Amino acid sequence: MKAHRKQPLYFAFLLHRLSGLGLALFLPFHFYVLGLALESHAALDRFLHWSELPLVKFAEFGLVFLLALHFFGGLRLLALENLPWSNRQKNYAAVAFAVAFFVACGYLLRAI
Amino acid sequence: MVDSATDSITVSVWRGVAGSGDFQDYQVPQQPSQTILDVITWIQRHLDASLSYRFACRVGMCGSCAMMVNGIPRWTCRTHVNKVMQERHLTVEPLRNLPVIKDLACDMSEFFEKWRQAEGHFQGRRSRDETVAAISPKSSQRQAANAAIECINCAICYASCDVVAWNRDYLGPAALNRAWSLQNDQRDRAQDERLKVVAGDAGCHQCHSQQGCSTYCPNELNPTASIAGLKRMSAHWFMNKKYRQRHG
Repeated sequence: MKAHRKQPLYFAFLLHRLSGLGLALFLPFHFYVLGLALESHAALDRFLHWSELPLVKFAEFGLVFLLALHFFGGLRLLALENLPWSNRQKNYAAVAFAVAFFVACGYLLRAI
Repeated sequence: MVDSATDSITVSVWRGVAGSGDFQDYQVPQQPSQTILDVITWIQRHLDASLSYRFACRVGMCGSCAMMVNGIPRWTCRTHVNKVMQERHLTVEPLRNLPVIKDLACDMSEFFEKWRQAEGHFQGRRSRDETVAAISPKSSQRQAANAAIECINCAICYASCDVVAWNRDYLGPAALNRAWSLQNDQRDRAQDERLKVVAGDAGCHQCHSQQGCSTYCPNELNPTASIAGLKRMSAHWFMNKKYRQRHG
């Protein structure tokens, strides 16, 4: 990574973009599963059974983490662009990351 | 603290013209309180007189001597060697995002042209025959203008901005920061025209708020805050326009 990018708010930018990209890649799969509910109950049941595997549960933790990261990072950007300026942007980015992590951990604890 | 001039630093300096060139290593004696500009000047005076670079005031006022030092844009006249040196090695390159003329000297034309495109010049409401406008220094608008006004045009923010690298038309942090300062100047009469320009395709809405500009600005200005202000201002202008269209 180039030296001028090694600063916290660049990483916040990067995480927001990468989490958004990850969610966009997940969406077609999500819609496919929703489609199963309409087309075939048996296929949906097989999928739901598969989704109980520990590895899938852990992957869901990753997915919730991406979603929460994008959501709270997006709230920070909305506040940055629409509210009076605050110099605590690094703090807010760190809080967004921490809250996203706790939300994802909370999801994992409920799922297992 | 360095006690003698016998310790030397290896300095890799980018040499070349336009887009083609390479790094060349020089051994430079380290001195107490030595700046990067001192190092470059020493190389030119003692090792290679053909080295090209730009400087003027040497005290952080003119904004001429900015270069990439170890990959980070810095004003070289006020950057001390012992604060940025890594294992007795320095890398010095011309500013990123600007065309190179020769060695460490960049062509600043596009940087200043964008300043002009962003309507970065003051256009007063009153003529010299009228009385001076009374502006309270405590007004929120004047304070916003003052916060952005100390730019020295060093182009460090421009070099640190990835959006400039991705979109060559983007006006960049310095020009938008200047525009924000004028948008808050109650004596200026060109605010509607300026807002249309800075809210356009190459303007403030391109900014991704990475805040490299604010991180590296040597005068500790905050162009990201200025750009966020322009975003808010243009959003208000757009909503007011829509409201007026609907309700006459």
